Amino acid sequence: MKLYCLSGHPTLPCNVLKFKSTTIMLDCGLDVTSTLNFLPLPLVQSPRLSNLPGWSLKDGNAFLDKELKECSGHVFVDSVPEFCLPETELIDLSTVDVILISNYHCMMALPYITEHTGFTGTVYATEPTVQIGRLLMEELVNFIERVPKAQSASLWKNKGIQRLLPSPLKDAVGVSTWRGCYTMQEVNSALSKIQLVGYSQKIELFGAVQVTPLSSGYALGSSNWIIQSHYEKVSYVSGSSLLTTHPQPMDQASLKNSDVLILTGLTQIPTANPDGMVGEFCSNLALTVRNGGNVLVPCYPSGVIYDLLECLYQYIDSAGLSSVPFYFISPVANSSLEFSQIFAEWLCHNKQSKVYLPEPPFPHAELIQTNKLKHYPSIHGDFSNDFRQPCVVFTGHPSLRFGDVVHFMELWGKSSLNTVIFTEPDFSYLEALAPYQPLAMKCIYCPIDTRLNFIQVSKLLKEAQPLHVVCPEQYTQPPPTQSHRMDLMIDCQPPAMSYRRAEVLALPFKRRYEKIEIMPELADSLVPMEIKPGISLATVSAVLHTKDNKHVLQPPPRPAQPPGKKRKRVSEDIPDCKVLKPLLSGSIPVEQFVQTLEKDNCVPG
Amino acid sequence: MLDCGMHMGFNDDRRFPDFSYITQNGRLTDFLDCVIISHFHLDHCGALPYFSEMVGYDGPIYMTHPTQAICPILLEDYRKIAVDKKGEANFFTSQMIKDCMKKVVAVHLHQTVQVDDELEIKAYYAGHVLGAAMFQIKVGSESVVYTGDYNMTPDRHLGAAWIDRCRPNLLITESTYATTIRDSKRCRERDFLKKVHETVERGGKVLIPVFALGRAQELCILLETFWERMNLKVPIYFSTGLTEKANHYYKLFITWTNQKIRKTFVQRNMFEFKHIKAFDRAFADNPGPMVVFATPGMLHAGQSLQIFRKWAGNEKNMVIMPGYCVQGTVGHKILSGQRKLEMEGRQVLEVKMQVEYMSFSAHADAKGIMQLVGQAEPENVLLVHGEAKKMEFLRQKIEQEFRVSCYMPANGETVTLPTSPNIPVGISLGLLKREMAQGLLPETKKPRLLHGTLIMKDSNLRLVSSEQALKELGLAEHQLRFTCRVHLQDTRKEQETALRVYSHLKSTSLMAR
Repeated sequence: MKLYCLSGHPTLPCNVLKFKSTTIMLDCGLDVTSTLNFLPLPLVQSPRLSNLPGWSLKDGNAFLDKELKECSGHVFVDSVPEFCLPETELIDLSTVDVILISNYHCMMALPYITEHTGFTGTVYATEPTVQIGRLLMEELVNFIERVPKAQSASLWKNKGIQRLLPSPLKDAVGVSTWRGCYTMQEVNSALSKIQLVGYSQKIELFGAVQVTPLSSGYALGSSNWIIQSHYEKVSYVSGSSLLTTHPQPMDQASLKNSDVLILTGLTQIPTANPDGMVGEFCSNLALTVRNGGNVLVPCYPSGVIYDLLECLYQYIDSAGLSSVPFYFISPVANSSLEFSQIFAEWLCHNKQSKVYLPEPPFPHAELIQTNKLKHYPSIHGDFSNDFRQPCVVFTGHPSLRFGDVVHFMELWGKSSLNTVIFTEPDFSYLEALAPYQPLAMKCIYCPIDTRLNFIQVSKLLKEAQPLHVVCPEQYTQPPPTQSHRMDLMIDCQPPAMSYRRAEVLALPFKRRYEKIEIMPELADSLVPMEIKPGISLATVSAVLHTKDNKHVLQPPPRPAQPPGKKRKRVSEDIPDCKVLKPLLSGSIPVEQFVQTLEKDNCVPG
Repeated sequence: MLDCGMHMGFNDDRRFPDFSYITQNGRLTDFLDCVIISHFHLDHCGALPYFSEMVGYDGPIYMTHPTQAICPILLEDYRKIAVDKKGEANFFTSQMIKDCMKKVVAVHLHQTVQVDDELEIKAYYAGHVLGAAMFQIKVGSESVVYTGDYNMTPDRHLGAAWIDRCRPNLLITESTYATTIRDSKRCRERDFLKKVHETVERGGKVLIPVFALGRAQELCILLETFWERMNLKVPIYFSTGLTEKANHYYKLFITWTNQKIRKTFVQRNMFEFKHIKAFDRAFADNPGPMVVFATPGMLHAGQSLQIFRKWAGNEKNMVIMPGYCVQGTVGHKILSGQRKLEMEGRQVLEVKMQVEYMSFSAHADAKGIMQLVGQAEPENVLLVHGEAKKMEFLRQKIEQEFRVSCYMPANGETVTLPTSPNIPVGISLGLLKREMAQGLLPETKKPRLLHGTLIMKDSNLRLVSSEQALKELGLAEHQLRFTCRVHLQDTRKEQETALRVYSHLKSTSLMAR
C-alpha cells in the first residue's frame, strides 16, 4: 500500500492511495495562496494600482518592470492570478479509479484533474458538497472572468530570473506549473463526473474495496472516509470539527480500529478559540458602526458566514444595530442562502427540528424577510441604488486579490473610521493587505477555524486507536512562529509518519487474509475433526472461482460417466463425497496400532 | 416489522392490525429488532402510536427525515377527527404521538444503518410521496427488499423510484395497480385541465377533494402552470391549515423532489404558488367560477364535505376525485353512481353536479411493478397491498416472465422461504495468490482443485495451506506410504529382473491412463 502526496498544503490536501488493486485520490485541494503574489484585480479602474512603479533589479535593470510592480516594499506580479495545482507528474493521473471528496473547500482543483489528465474514473461526494462546491467554483470563475486582463506574465517564472527576485516570489515552489483559472465549461464537465453519496453509504469499488463517507462536523455535507476491505481499514480524516455549529456532528465511533489513519485538515489557527473570535468579531463590528464607519468582512460565500449571520441575528437588536444595513455581495449570494435552507438532513439536530415545524433552519431567512440583510450578485446594478453607509459588507474573495472585496478595500481603505475584519483563516491577513498599503482603515484579525485542534486530535487518536497515523509534515513539529509550543503538534505512539509534497510513502501494512465464500454444497461435504479443544480442522479440495474480485469455492466436479457403462452398481456410480481425508499428524499409539492391524489380519504371520 | 398502518374503512378494533400475531404473550420489544416505516400515509403509519405506546414497543423505529417531519402531523390530524369530532374513546393521545416519535431514528437515502451486529437496512428513493422510501434489509449475504408504495414514472414534483441490481432473496412489493396499465400521464393531465377549464368557462365551480400532502401538490403545480400559460383569472383556493404548512415542507425538503424542481428552485420555487390562495369558509358562497382544493380526499368529513354539500345541487359545478376512495365514504358512493345521498339528520342530498374520477395516485402500474422486479432481480417475489384477484393475475405474469416464485399470502398466513447462503471464510493471501496465479496458466482447461485446510475456532473460519495449518497448531506431519511385498521367482540376474519389472509396470500404467 502506497500513498502519493500531491499537495503540500495541510488543509487543502491531495493524496493518492494505492490499496489492493485500486487507485484512490483523496481530495483535490487547490492552493490559492499563490494568488497573494499577484496584484489585485480591481472591478473599477484604480489609478492607484495602475500607477504603481515597476520593479527593477538592484543593478537598475528594469526589463521586468512590465510584469512586476512594487507597493510599499512588496513586489507583485501584474498578471492574471494563477493557482498552485497538485503535482501532476508524480503518478499517472489517468490511472486514478476514483476521487473521494471530503468537503467543498477540498475540491477546487477538480477541473484541472478530471479535464486535463486523462482521468476516466468517478468522483464521489455528498450532495451539499457538490452544490456548494459548484457555487465556490462559479464565484471564482466569475471573479476572474469578469475583469479580463490583457497581460499574462511569464518572464518572471524563468528559473534564472526567479532566483533574482525578492522573497516571497523567490521561494515560490513550482511556479512553472501554476495555472490560470478554469472555465465554467470545465467546471460543469468536472461536476458531471461526480456521483452523489450519503453518509454511511457503503460504496463497492470493483468488489475489492469498500468506501464509506462519514459525517465530519466541519461544513454542510463534509465527510471523512473509511476505505476498507474485509481485513484492512484505512481512515481518511480531513477537515473535521467537534464544535457545535450548523453541520451534523462528527461521527467518531466509526473511525475506531483502523490500521492506518490519514490525518489532514486540522485548524490553521491552533491558538485561537472560535467562540472568542466570534465575540470579538461582533464587538468590533458594533464599535465601528457606532462610530459611523463601515465594516468589510472578506469571506467565502458559504460556511462560516452562516454562523456569523446567525450570531448577528441574535446580537444586532441588543447592540442597537437593527437599522444598519447588512450586504452580502457575491455572484452566488442568493444561491448560497437558498441552498443553506434545503439541506435539513445534513444539519445539526437543533436545526433539523426547526425544519420539522416547518421553519427555515437558518435565521438569515428572517433577516432577509425583514430587509436587514440584502444580497446582490455584484456591486453593479441594484446595489448602487440601495447602498447606504454606514453598513456591513460580506463579500469575497478572502485573498483580497479579486472579487468585489477589492473595490471596497480601495473605497474604504483611506478612512480610519472603517474596519476590515478577517474571519477566514486561509490567508495571512498581513500578506493579503500588502498591495493596499499604506492603509488608514482599521484591520482586525478574528480567524474562525472550527477544525480540530491538537488537544482534540490527541483525544480522538486515543479513542480511535489506529495502528499507524499518517499526516502532513507540518503537524509533526510546532508551527515555525511558535517553535517553543511543543503542544502544537501531533503526539502519538508510534510516532506519526509524515509526508511532504511530491513524496511517496510506503505504508506499513501487511495483508494476510482475503475473504472467500464456500458454497453450501461444498460446506456440507466437509468433515471437521477436533484437533485440540475448541479447534477443528477440515481438509478442503475445491474449485476456485473468481469473478469481479469475489472468490467462491465450488465443490469439485464429479468425474464424468464414461459412456456405455450404464449397468454398474449404484455405489460405484456416485463417488462418495464424505471420504475422510485426514491430516496425518499427532502421536501414534504403536501397540494399539499393531493390535488393530493384527485384528484385521494385516500382519503376516 | 415493515410499516404499521391502519385501515381507513373501519371505525372499530379492526382499524388497527392485530399485533398478537407477532407474539401472544411476550413483549413486542423482545420480539422485534426494529420497525421500518416506508412513508407518511396513514395506511402505512396510522397505527404507530397505538402499537408503540398502547400495545408497548420501545425499540427503534426507522423512517426518512421528511416522513419523520410529516408523520406526527398527520397522526395528530387523524386523532383529532377520530376523538374530537367522532368522540371515540380508547384512542391514542397527543402525548402518545410525541412519545412514539421519540423512538424514531431518521435515515438518509442509501445510508447503511446498522440495526445490530448482524442486521443492516438501507433506504432507496420510492417516488410516491415526499420522503417515501423502499428498504433493503440485509443479514450477511441474505436480503429482503420492501418497497412500500412506489412510483416508477417521475411526475411533476417527484422523481421515479430506483433500486440497484441488489438481487435480494425476496422482494416484497405493493400491487395496488396489479392489472392496470395506465395511459400516458400527459393524456390524463390534458383531460383533467380540459374538464376544469370547461367548467369554469361556463361559470361553474370545481371542487377537488385531496389529502393535504401528495397529490394536492402535484395538481396544484399542474393548475398553476396551466393558469400561467392561459393567463386565466378565475381564483384557485386551497383549504387552509395543514395544506399551507404542507407546501412549506415541500420547500424545505426540496432535495426529495424531482430534478427539474431541484435545479430551478433558487430562481423559482415551484411550491410558492402565484395563482393559488388560501381558502376562507365564506368564499364557498361567492358567485362566479372558482376552483377549490379541499381536504380530506374521500369526502368523508371536514371542509371538502361541507363545500360538496353546498355545491352538489348545481349541475354547472363539478367534483373531481383524483384518488382512490374507501368503501363507506361519500366519495366512494358518488363514484359508484349514487346520486341521492342520505346525510345526517335524515336529509337527502341530491347530487346534480358532475362527478369525475381521475386516477392521479402515484402507484406503480403493472408495467412499473414488472420494471422494478427486473431492476432488483429478486429470487422470490411477494405481493402485498392489493386486491386478491388482480394480484393473482400479476403473480402469474411475474412467474412466467422472470421464472421466480411469487407469493401472495392472505392476512395471518406465513410464507417460509428456504435459502442456502454461501459461507464466508478467510483465506490466507499466500494460498489464494498461488492458486490464482496457476488458474491463469493457459493449459488449465480442466478445473483445478484448490487444496487447503479449514481451521475452525469458535465462529472464526480460516482456510490456509495444510502446511501452514499444521505449523500453526504445532503438529508434526506424518507421511503414510503404502508398500507391498511380492515374491518373484526368476532365474535371470537381479538387475535384469528389476529392469523387466520396471518396464512392465511403466507400460501398464501408461495403459491405465
